[in-house]
Amino acid sequence: MPEEKIDIRYVAKLARIALSEEEVEIFGRQLGDLLAHVNALAALDVASIPATAQVVESRNVTRDDKLRPCLDREQVLAEAPQRQGGFFRVPRIIAE
Amino acid sequence: MSETPIERSAAAIAAEVRARRISAAEITEATLSHIGAIDAAIGAYLTVLSDEARRCAARVDERLRNGEDLSLAGVPIAVKDNMCLERSRTTCGSKILERWIAPYTATAVARLIDAGAIPIGKTNCDEFAMGSSCENSALGVTRNPYDPSRVPGGSSGGSSAAVAAYEAAIGLGSDTGGSIREPAAFCNLVGFKPTYGRVSRYGLIAFASSLDQIGPLARTVQDAALTYDAMAGFDPMDATSIDRPVEPTAAALLESLQGLRIGIVRDFDTKALGEDLDAIYLRAYRDLQKLGAELVEVTLPTAEYGVPTYYLIAPAECSSNLARFDGVRYGLRIEADDVRSMYDKTRAAGFGPEVKRRILIGTYALSSGYYDAYYLRAQKVRTLIARDFERAFATCDLIACPAASCTAFEFAAKSDPYSMYLMDYYTIPMSLAGLPALSVPCGWSTPDGGALPLPVGLQLSAPLFAEKLLLGAAHAYERETRHALAHRPVFEGVRA
Repeated sequence: MPEEKIDIRYVAKLARIALSEEEVEIFGRQLGDLLAHVNALAALDVASIPATAQVVESRNVTRDDKLRPCLDREQVLAEAPQRQGGFFRVPRIIAE
Repeated sequence: MSETPIERSAAAIAAEVRARRISAAEITEATLSHIGAIDAAIGAYLTVLSDEARRCAARVDERLRNGEDLSLAGVPIAVKDNMCLERSRTTCGSKILERWIAPYTATAVARLIDAGAIPIGKTNCDEFAMGSSCENSALGVTRNPYDPSRVPGGSSGGSSAAVAAYEAAIGLGSDTGGSIREPAAFCNLVGFKPTYGRVSRYGLIAFASSLDQIGPLARTVQDAALTYDAMAGFDPMDATSIDRPVEPTAAALLESLQGLRIGIVRDFDTKALGEDLDAIYLRAYRDLQKLGAELVEVTLPTAEYGVPTYYLIAPAECSSNLARFDGVRYGLRIEADDVRSMYDKTRAAGFGPEVKRRILIGTYALSSGYYDAYYLRAQKVRTLIARDFERAFATCDLIACPAASCTAFEFAAKSDPYSMYLMDYYTIPMSLAGLPALSVPCGWSTPDGGALPLPVGLQLSAPLFAEKLLLGAAHAYERETRHALAHRPVFEGVRA
């Protein structure tokens, strides 16, 4: 299993979480500790073992493409941090 | 001294309410008044739903007058605050959802209300159900009713404390790696995690979708069975819920274990837990034998890899599930000039340290270059663990082992994250294999220098879908040993 030090700033960027310098230090160390424990899994030979994503029977679930009742738009938008008319309002994403 | 109405079991309350000897409204008022008297000292509830509870109680009394037969008539239930109830605040114990009002009701909650249960309030939990002590809640402290200087366990600690302190007859919890079974053991309760997929997860705010399962916390096995019977079964709103018939369990409880083979796990040597717990578990195994079970030795050689496997799979799923909390559609938003900074700042301010830790672990384990070494390898070990159980269940009907590796600990006793993760050593393997499992009281242990005896839980687990046998056998054990009745919570206040 990989041994190198985790680039915690890069991981936080992928996770969309701003970290303080203190958090970078603490989480970096704690994640390193955890990976040391997790590396125990390298002792097992799993080359020929299939992966388990779901433990019980699962099947593809489909339904008829028909309109059916759903959440009320006003009720849902009432929980939005910012709204504008029938939409969620966010900061500008695409530059003018 | 006779029991007050709210100290009775859910089964007894429902029978009294159905017989109209007491109304659902009266039970509800007595429960609300008890909560008002003691919950400041326990902190089980984040939100008490006085108005909603009264409305539900009035409806139950009316339905009974109209001749309906309700299996949970008037039974006050405490709902873990990661399950939605329409028009109620649903926080997951997190600042990011501190003020969020759910626009719909979770299927499990809706089914219990339909069976006559009264939602009394929403209970504290570790943030997004990540933790084993309730200390990771951003919104409050919950104390163990059997010793207020100790944690109630977690993550379903608020529901456990509520039921233990008679602030509800039934608690709803969710169990991802032990979050029902461990707090049940810490609070002298029966805590039952059904087979993965038996109870709909619709309206349960997702943590790790391939592991999360809703289940009851109760003061008796019968109450857990009644609750399970009312909420289990296929739900089209949850694509992973199992579409196969549910066998009723409450009517099939056993009085003996005659003819059953119970596996004792060689790899789980209880000597490591100290003399006191070792003796309690060895006595529990002997009691199973006295009740007619044949004890057989089984082995789960890969179970020791359960914790590291879980701490790759659960965080990986969590990092994906919690991506939805970005300040756009609901919950907290920290304003910023561009959307990227808004995400970063909102999540930095909204999530607590344990949630951040797990999102970071999961993001790392899923990231390019590490996926095969971590996540995929963990999924393969998950297969090995499930196969261990399959082999074990070829020679036994149930497996008995500890529910937790210690009794309720003091606040701030586990400062290193990994020592907290090890709390779930005995419960994680069953979760990874999707198996039904429960914790049932099996004795009391007084810690060094501690004055108050603390409850200990025995874990029983069964093959997939064998809920009827599992609850049936647990009832036979409970009925014979009656350990739960040996001590009472410190916060009584019931008999003023």
